[in-house]
Amino acid sequence: MSSPTAPSSVKIAPPPREIEREPLVLNNRSLGWISDQIAGIIEGKTPTWWWVTMLISLPIMLMCFAMIGYLISTGVGVWGLNSPIAWGWAIVNFVFWIGIGHAGTLISAVLFLLRQKWRTSINRAAEAMTIFAVMCAGIFPGIHVGRIWFAWWLFPLPNANGPIWPQFRSPLLWDVFAVSTYFTVSLLFWYMGLIPDLATIRDRCKGFFGKFFYGLFSLGWTGSNRHWSNYEKAYLLLAGLSTPLVLSVHSIVSFDFAVSQVPGWHTTIFPPYFVAGAIFSGFGMVLTLMIPLRSLFKLQDLLTIRHIELMCKVTLATGSIVGYAYGMEFFIAWYGGNPYEAYAFQNRAFGPYWWAYWIMISCNVISPQFFWFKKLRTNVVVVWILSIFVNIGMWFERFVIVVTSLHRDYIPANWAYYSPTKVDVLTFVGTFGLFMVLFLLFVRFLPLIAISEVKGVTNQADPHHPLGGAKGGHH
Amino acid sequence: MTEYSQAYGLLAEFETPADAMHAAEKIRDAGFTRWDVHTPFPVHGMDDAMGLKNSKVGWFSFCGGATGFTCGYLMIWFMNSLNYPVVVGGKPLFSPMFPFPVVYEMTILLSAFGAIFGMLFLNRLPKLYHPLLKNRRFKGATHDKFYVIIETTDPRYSEAETRELLESAGCKHLEMVED
Repeated sequence: MSSPTAPSSVKIAPPPREIEREPLVLNNRSLGWISDQIAGIIEGKTPTWWWVTMLISLPIMLMCFAMIGYLISTGVGVWGLNSPIAWGWAIVNFVFWIGIGHAGTLISAVLFLLRQKWRTSINRAAEAMTIFAVMCAGIFPGIHVGRIWFAWWLFPLPNANGPIWPQFRSPLLWDVFAVSTYFTVSLLFWYMGLIPDLATIRDRCKGFFGKFFYGLFSLGWTGSNRHWSNYEKAYLLLAGLSTPLVLSVHSIVSFDFAVSQVPGWHTTIFPPYFVAGAIFSGFGMVLTLMIPLRSLFKLQDLLTIRHIELMCKVTLATGSIVGYAYGMEFFIAWYGGNPYEAYAFQNRAFGPYWWAYWIMISCNVISPQFFWFKKLRTNVVVVWILSIFVNIGMWFERFVIVVTSLHRDYIPANWAYYSPTKVDVLTFVGTFGLFMVLFLLFVRFLPLIAISEVKGVTNQADPHHPLGGAKGGHH
Repeated sequence: MTEYSQAYGLLAEFETPADAMHAAEKIRDAGFTRWDVHTPFPVHGMDDAMGLKNSKVGWFSFCGGATGFTCGYLMIWFMNSLNYPVVVGGKPLFSPMFPFPVVYEMTILLSAFGAIFGMLFLNRLPKLYHPLLKNRRFKGATHDKFYVIIETTDPRYSEAETRELLESAGCKHLEMVED
């Protein structure tokens, strides 16, 4: 369709060594090559690995639905909850999944405001990950209420029970608003970014269904600059709105704990510590997903080693913030002089759940420290394995926070031990099936890299660069 | 003239963003009003080259945010202190503090609606029909080509002169698009 590289007749004087940067798209690829490569994934044959992964994920997803059906028809007794541990895996999984989502918004919004152009190769897939992770997260608060047919009481809906409304002093209600706003805004932001790329696919489509559906969802986009002008403004505004949104969502999730009186939960460090942990876990998941996709779809020129290295650096930074927060929690537990608080933390590290605490420490604090070394950051196999450890560690962090704080509170007569049941475990494993099914459908039917945004950061797209057609000295 | 009564505009194709931008500068300076540039990605500096003013999307977003903020406070005040007052911990029925997280989220939600739906409204999208989308060559506008279109309804439009203007701007291909 188009030549694989930019015209060779153009001679570019190399920039001075000290300001030279590795290009974001390797091998001097042309604009047409970018759309051919990314749209080619959708237009090509379905790869065998896709069918294999789909056939594994689909039954796992169905198992999740079956477990939810069993829970609803039987009652929350099928979970391992007891008194005083009334929040078990459901809340752990909710916080885990919602945290994963945060990296997508960080990449799409915060890095956009910071003009980090490398984000263009990963933002689409990371935003898709956000949306699917929030969907997985949203299941748990919905089903953990016990009498699920009253789940609509979460929302301030007019009802026939007399004037009766939710109590807005409850952080749990703040959470309802935070998570539903987060999901809606992420979905709209993602869809808006897709519009120009859907138009690209529409203009290449041969089949009737493709033409119809990509045409419908691209809304009649023509690439008009009058449209781009409004589009870019809306994009900037959404980035500016998503940034305080993403910071508020995990802050409010942390309020679910911090506003209570439970030792181990009632701490002011929670909001920033939760947000850093969320971004840390999200980048772990982005690396886990993108490293295999990059080789399976041969996207090495678009998703370069530099991209992976930069993501590793964010993981290292946020992982170190999380490590600092663990240390500071302990320091305050001692320095604050509250005996209950001090006990809660001693109990975390050396009590019956010591194993969970030390898994958390080794995965979250120690494993990202390997990213200090360039040799390890640039080795995709090592990065992928470490990213898995990050995912595991962040799940354990939420387990430690939720369960160890609850299982021994003020009165020793109330103390208990919590273990999950098979239903708990299978529901959680099932959400991975749901996540994978959605993500596989995404990579098969939608452009997994933002075509127009990647084009926009190449030299060929810059009207002031010789490759973009600038001639000699410029005005 | 019947042939031209159906003509939508003159479509000029350019190879590079710089060529399209210089053409846009010329057309802007010639005083055209009903014309546009179509590119596969937003070209940096094209708004100035076309003489476009700052986009109005921000106003839609602001109005959305103001609505969200006001409605959020009104809703919670109505629900928790007027229609269903419940005293919690001996505290006053209303204060601006406890509703803030919810109001904050509603402000962001409605600002985001304002930005997205304002953008779609200003761009008159979704649009089910556009004469350019029938044109085979125009498919390059979402791929790797740059187009300038001058509509025949522009008061300054005259076929010979407009053709000459676009050719002098260095376009690689020129054709009349039917409506």
